[in-house]
Amino acid sequence: MKANPRDVHTGAYYIDGDVAAAEGALAAGCKFLGGYPITPSTEAAEAFARRAPEVGAIFIQMEDELGSISAVLGASWAGKKALTITSGPGYSLMMENIGLGAALETPFVIINIQRGGPSTGLPTRTGQADMMQTRWGSHGDYEVIAISPDSPQESFEFTVKAFNLAERYRVPVMLMSDECVGHMTEKVVIPPASEIEVETRRYYDGPKDKYLPFKPDKNLVPPMVKAGDGYKLYITGLTHDEKGYPILNQNLNTRRLVDKIRLNADKIIETKEERLDDAEVIVVSYGITSRVAIRAIEQARKIGIKVGSLRLITVWPFPDKKIVELAKKVKGFVVPEINYGQIVFEVERCSHGNANVILVPHGGGSVHNPDDILGAIKQVAREKKRSEGIIEYKTGLEHLVFDQNKGSRPDLSG
Amino acid sequence: MEIRFAGFGGQGIIRSGIIVGRAASIYDNKFATMNQSFGPEARGGACSSELIVSESRILYPYVTKPDVLIAMSQEAYEKFKPNLKKDGILIIDTDLVKLKKAGKLFSIPATRFAEELGNRIIANVVMLGFFTALTKVVSVEAMKKTIPESVPSRFVELNLKAFDKGFNYETEMVKSRGSPPDVDPPRAENF
Repeated sequence: MKANPRDVHTGAYYIDGDVAAAEGALAAGCKFLGGYPITPSTEAAEAFARRAPEVGAIFIQMEDELGSISAVLGASWAGKKALTITSGPGYSLMMENIGLGAALETPFVIINIQRGGPSTGLPTRTGQADMMQTRWGSHGDYEVIAISPDSPQESFEFTVKAFNLAERYRVPVMLMSDECVGHMTEKVVIPPASEIEVETRRYYDGPKDKYLPFKPDKNLVPPMVKAGDGYKLYITGLTHDEKGYPILNQNLNTRRLVDKIRLNADKIIETKEERLDDAEVIVVSYGITSRVAIRAIEQARKIGIKVGSLRLITVWPFPDKKIVELAKKVKGFVVPEINYGQIVFEVERCSHGNANVILVPHGGGSVHNPDDILGAIKQVAREKKRSEGIIEYKTGLEHLVFDQNKGSRPDLSG
Repeated sequence: MEIRFAGFGGQGIIRSGIIVGRAASIYDNKFATMNQSFGPEARGGACSSELIVSESRILYPYVTKPDVLIAMSQEAYEKFKPNLKKDGILIIDTDLVKLKKAGKLFSIPATRFAEELGNRIIANVVMLGFFTALTKVVSVEAMKKTIPESVPSRFVELNLKAFDKGFNYETEMVKSRGSPPDVDPPRAENF
C-alpha cells in the first residue's frame, strides 16, 4: 500500500537526521510516540510532536523510559503503529520490555540515536556501542531487526523501512542511528506519498470464535487483532501456546520467535556492496562509519590495493552467509566501528578461519580518522599468514594513549 | 570548501550554518553538510557550527581545516584560529574580537550595524551578507530565498535589510579601495 498523503511532508528540506527520522515515522503512518527526552535524540521527538496534530498522531512524554516502552506496546496492541525515540541510558532502561515486545510479537520501532557510553558517557557525542545490546540486551531467546543509516536522507528512508519490517514480521525493529547522523544537517528529499510503500498491519479475518493469537501463517508470523475489538485475546509474557495460554516448554512458540527471523533472514537482510569483484580486502562497516570508510577505500584503490566495501544496512539479523562466502575469496576483512569491538566478532565468527579479521577500534566521541582505516587496509593487504582470532589495529589515537613511554599497552598477562 | 561559524550561544551561530547550507543545497544544488558542536551540560556558552559545501557527495562529515572562519567572539577566535587553513579567510566582528596576529583578515562591525538597524540579534545575518559577497560560496539569489524561510515571518524584512547591509559593506569597500575591507588599519595597530 502507498503512504497516506496527509502523513507525508513532501518536499526538499535542509534538516538533521533526527528530524528526518521523525518525518520517516510519520510518513510510515506512525500515530503514537511515547518517549522521554534524551540527548542526542530529543530533536526527533520534538519534530514528531510538532507535526503530530496535523496528522492525527499522539505524542506522550512519559515519566521515564520504562513507561515509554510500555506505552508503545499498549499503543501497538490498540492498533496503531507505535514508536519510541531514545539514546544510551534510556535504551538500557527499555531492555526488559523490548523482550516483552518480542515475546508478544508486538510490532514497534525504536529510534536509537547512539551516543558514547557506558553510563551517562558522552551525551552530545557519537558512538556505535549499542550494537550487541540491541541483539542480546533483553533476557532469553528472541530475535529483533536492526538497520543503520549513514545520512539524514537514509534516516528518513530507513525509518519507513523499519516500520514496514516491524509490521511484516511482528517484531521490534531498531533504527540504529548515532549522534553524528542525528545532528548532521543535509538536504533531505521527501518524495510524494505515491512513491512511498508502507506495510499495513495484517489483521485476522476469520470467525471470531476460531481466533488463535499466536497461530502462525506460512511465513511463521501470526495475524493480529486489535485489543478491545471483541476477540478472545489472552497475552502474557509467560511462555505461551497458540492460544496465548502459559505452557511449560519453549519448543513451539519460543522456537518460532527465533525462526521467524532466522528463516526469513534472506528476505530481511540488505547490504550494499561496492567493488567486491576483484577485492582482496573488504571493509565491513555500518552507519556513519561506512561513509568515513569510503574515503579510506578510495585512497587505498589509488595506491593499487584491491579493496571493496560491504556495508551492512541490516545489522541484525547478521548476513552470515555473505561473510562465509566472501571469507573464502579474500585475504581479510577490515572492520571499523565506533566501539572497542562488537560487530567484528560476528565477522570473525562467519569467517570460519578462512580470512584475517582486523578491528579498527574507536572510542566514542567522534568518527574514525580515515587514515586509520587506510592503515588497517594496508596491513591486511600485506599480511602473508593467517592469524588466529581478531587482530586489533593500532590507531593513531591508541598510539597516543598507550605509547607515550613504553611503546605498548600495559601487559596484564602476568 | 569548509566553513566554521563560531561565537556564543544565542548569536545565531547554528542558524547561520543552516541558512548557508540550505541556500547551497536547496537553491544552488550543491552538497552541503552541517554539524554543530556543543557540550554536555546545556546549550549555552561557546558554540560553533561547521559547514562543508562541495560539488560532490561529502563523505567525511566534520570540518578539519576550514577555508573560512567566522569568529563572533574572542573565545571562538582564540579557540579556532589555530586550525584555520594556511591562507584561509578569517572574518571577525570588529567590536567583539581583539586580534593577536593578522592573517588574511576581514572585519565588519556586524553587531554595531545590527544595533543601528534596530536589533543586535540580526548580527549573524549582517555577517552572512558580508560572507556571501566576500567568498561567493553561495549565490545571493539562493541566500535571499533561504533567509525568509529561516526566520520568523515578522522579521523577514529586517533580516533582508541586515543581509544587504553586510553585503553592501563588502562591495562598497571593494569599490572605494579596490580590495575587500582588510584589517581595519587603525584597529590593527592597536593590537
